[in-house]
Amino acid sequence: MRDLNRINNPYNDDKVIASCSIFGMMDTSGACFSGEGIIRAITNMHFRGNGLGGGFAVYGLYPEFPEHYAFHIMYSTNIAKADTEDYLGSRFDIALAEPVPAKLNEAIINPPLVWRYFAQIKPEIAAAHCVNQSQDEYVVSRVMEINTHIADSFVFSSGKNMAVFKGVGYPEEIAAYFLLDQYRGYLWTAHGRFPTNTRGWWGGAHPFSILDWTVVHNGEISSYGINRRFLEEYGYECTMHTDTEVVAYAVDLLARKHNLPMEIIAKVFSPPFWHDIERRSESEQTLLRTLRQVYGGLLLNGPFTVILAHQGEMVGLTDRIRLRPLTVGVKDSTLYLSSEESAIRLICPNLDRAWIPMGGEPIIGSIDNPIGAGSKSGKDGAVGVKQR
Amino acid sequence: MKTYLPSRFIIERDSDRCIKCEVCVNQCSFDAQYYDEQDDIVRAREENCIGCHRCVSFCPTGAINIRQNPLEYKSNYNWTAEAIESITKQAETGGVLLTGMGNDKGYRIYWDHLVLNASQVTNPSIDPLREPMELATYLGRKTNKVEVNDDGTMKTKSAPQVRIELPVMFSAMSYGAVSLNVHKSLARAASQMGTMWNTGEGGLHPSLYQYADNTIVQTASGRFGVHAGYLNAGRIVEIKIGQGAKPGIGGHLPGEKVSAEVSMTRMIPEGTDALSPAPHHDIYSIEDLAQLVFALKEATNYTKPISVKIAAVHNSAAIASGMVRAGADIIVLDGLRGSTGAAPKVIRDNVGIPIELALAAVDTRLRQEGIRNQTSIVIAGGIRNSGDVAKAVALGADAVYIGTAALIALGCHVCQQCHTGKCAWGICTTDLALTKRINPDIGARRLANMLRGWSIELKDILGAMGVNALESLRGNRLHLRGVGLTDSELEILGVRMAGS
Repeated sequence: MRDLNRINNPYNDDKVIASCSIFGMMDTSGACFSGEGIIRAITNMHFRGNGLGGGFAVYGLYPEFPEHYAFHIMYSTNIAKADTEDYLGSRFDIALAEPVPAKLNEAIINPPLVWRYFAQIKPEIAAAHCVNQSQDEYVVSRVMEINTHIADSFVFSSGKNMAVFKGVGYPEEIAAYFLLDQYRGYLWTAHGRFPTNTRGWWGGAHPFSILDWTVVHNGEISSYGINRRFLEEYGYECTMHTDTEVVAYAVDLLARKHNLPMEIIAKVFSPPFWHDIERRSESEQTLLRTLRQVYGGLLLNGPFTVILAHQGEMVGLTDRIRLRPLTVGVKDSTLYLSSEESAIRLICPNLDRAWIPMGGEPIIGSIDNPIGAGSKSGKDGAVGVKQR
Repeated sequence: MKTYLPSRFIIERDSDRCIKCEVCVNQCSFDAQYYDEQDDIVRAREENCIGCHRCVSFCPTGAINIRQNPLEYKSNYNWTAEAIESITKQAETGGVLLTGMGNDKGYRIYWDHLVLNASQVTNPSIDPLREPMELATYLGRKTNKVEVNDDGTMKTKSAPQVRIELPVMFSAMSYGAVSLNVHKSLARAASQMGTMWNTGEGGLHPSLYQYADNTIVQTASGRFGVHAGYLNAGRIVEIKIGQGAKPGIGGHLPGEKVSAEVSMTRMIPEGTDALSPAPHHDIYSIEDLAQLVFALKEATNYTKPISVKIAAVHNSAAIASGMVRAGADIIVLDGLRGSTGAAPKVIRDNVGIPIELALAAVDTRLRQEGIRNQTSIVIAGGIRNSGDVAKAVALGADAVYIGTAALIALGCHVCQQCHTGKCAWGICTTDLALTKRINPDIGARRLANMLRGWSIELKDILGAMGVNALESLRGNRLHLRGVGLTDSELEILGVRMAGS
């Protein structure tokens, strides 16, 4: 019997209203580049944030540990650190544990401890617990447990060869604090936050992450109440006091558990209108109609732009009537996504192409289907929707 | 026996205006007006007046007014006029007190203690005059996940779904309880507006099979009018276990209302009482319900959702969970205010729970068990306007049924005399002289007008909240706040206090 009292907050009042700047850049050839460019770009959109949160997600930065879960964990107390390390130590073999390098600057007030651990599930634990579930599933459950049951600990990120750096401050201040110009990755996303109602909490900054999925989000999800209740039915506990969290969990559910490709997930989050669906072919109608019937509770309604990323893929998506901005830029094999075109032009003045996508149209950059080169599948490696 | 009951109403007639045309005399089916030839004057028998306002509406000179009789008993919190008069009636008749319509007592109406949200600054409201706004809903069982083939086509097989263009349907009102012209009006309006109407438990008149695409056919414990063609005619088959106005009680259609046409449609002899048993005699347990659900699915070759309707009672949440597991594709909850053509007053006034609480409890329970997707929830019982509809959807309903509201659109003035069969508005009667007072063309137009109004209002409500699809409101209790409710009430409703 499932625990009938598991739902932790009957009022579903955890939503925090926020508006923001977001930026993402990815070299779809997989080549790594430093964080310098994206820091300049997000700094250019300073006025879209108010200094109450900034953060970055980086993919490909730990080539020396490609097969280890890279836990980035924030602690507000030393007791929390000791408890969490006990918890991890009894379940994982930890190859390396160290504080995340940081350099205090005057903008950063009272920072928490942030440590990183490169870990693999102990073989005996894996043998006992990863029979009916994948290792990823096991890690997700442990992350949920740390976030909900160990006081003053919070997992920033837990994927392989990726990391989330975030905190309270403007994004450029967070970047300086964590020395982000010294990392190299093939995919970066960044976020500057303008919450209208929040406490200064480092865990509440974007990106939000579960396993190697990250989300940066600009907007307010007016459907949050039902999105959250829908996810609770599937065993997700929303703990982070923000609506962005539901996007991360929804992606985890649809991509990892339900095994749906990104093009289809985009149709769940920003589905076509019923009258548009009726104009499609018979098989497409069946698909789109069923998606809306089954996943209606995951329709993200209200103004939003998100940049979703995971290993090898970056996706930009707006709500279906595009109430928040998203500009796309392409230069050679690099894809840029930004709240404002000016930020892209600042770091790459001579773009091959720049455009504003339609509402609800996903922009997908993928290593499997790099821009320009003509891909394995023989499709044009152009970004954008694969029309189904 | 001399009655000790005072008249309920006073009929005032302005003799300057009265032209003695006798329209009121002819319109009153309760004999409360008569023409006194000797004195050449229209007079009233006030003891017969039930306050339906038929005479007021049709008096060509506006000469008539009806007032409640201000007669006052010695004030007493316990012995109200109603308590005294109920005993008086029973002392004079020795029977069960019968009544019509829904519970009229002062139980809390939670709709009136819930307020809706709107967008300001941080997210924009959406203007339904300029942007698409979606109210369409699909009723039926959904899977918990979708599987897709490599070529992007669907792998998952869907159970049958029924689309309605707005989340409002006409509730079950049987032929016999209401007239054929009422059924015609409902069926035509439902077809016009892309929603569903419900036959009730009295079968489907042959002339109405043309509206099958918008028809829910009901089967209740009496199985009146149920045959293979009937079951296969509708889009949805509904098993009626209970009704909000009389939980635990079967239907009562007095023989006087069983006319030739009713007899043919119900498949019972003319003039006999049609008494539905209190329970279905083939359903004494949840596993029996599962058998009937699947018998109906077999009979209709798995092409139609099967709905199960219950009255909202104390343990509705657990019952609902069992119903979903027994195969119900749609569950219908009929609340304390649910209406009826005839019910024992004591049952109507005292049994069942408010629909708002039942809905919230059922939706929460089904989500806790992870089976909410497997059924649609439809609620009924006292829905008055589009605001109630929006609040019901936000609490978790897929759609609502309206019964009384639909009858009011046809002319009903809620005088609660449905059980007498003398409805002066021609709605709740089978007397041919009275039923012709409903013209199905006009009736359908009035009903469709009401639905159109509500659907425009619902779009405004959604747009103001900043969402453009009904599914983003469904179960989204964050868009509700409570006013003047206790902590326990808020907790059951899953709603925060206004201001928090």
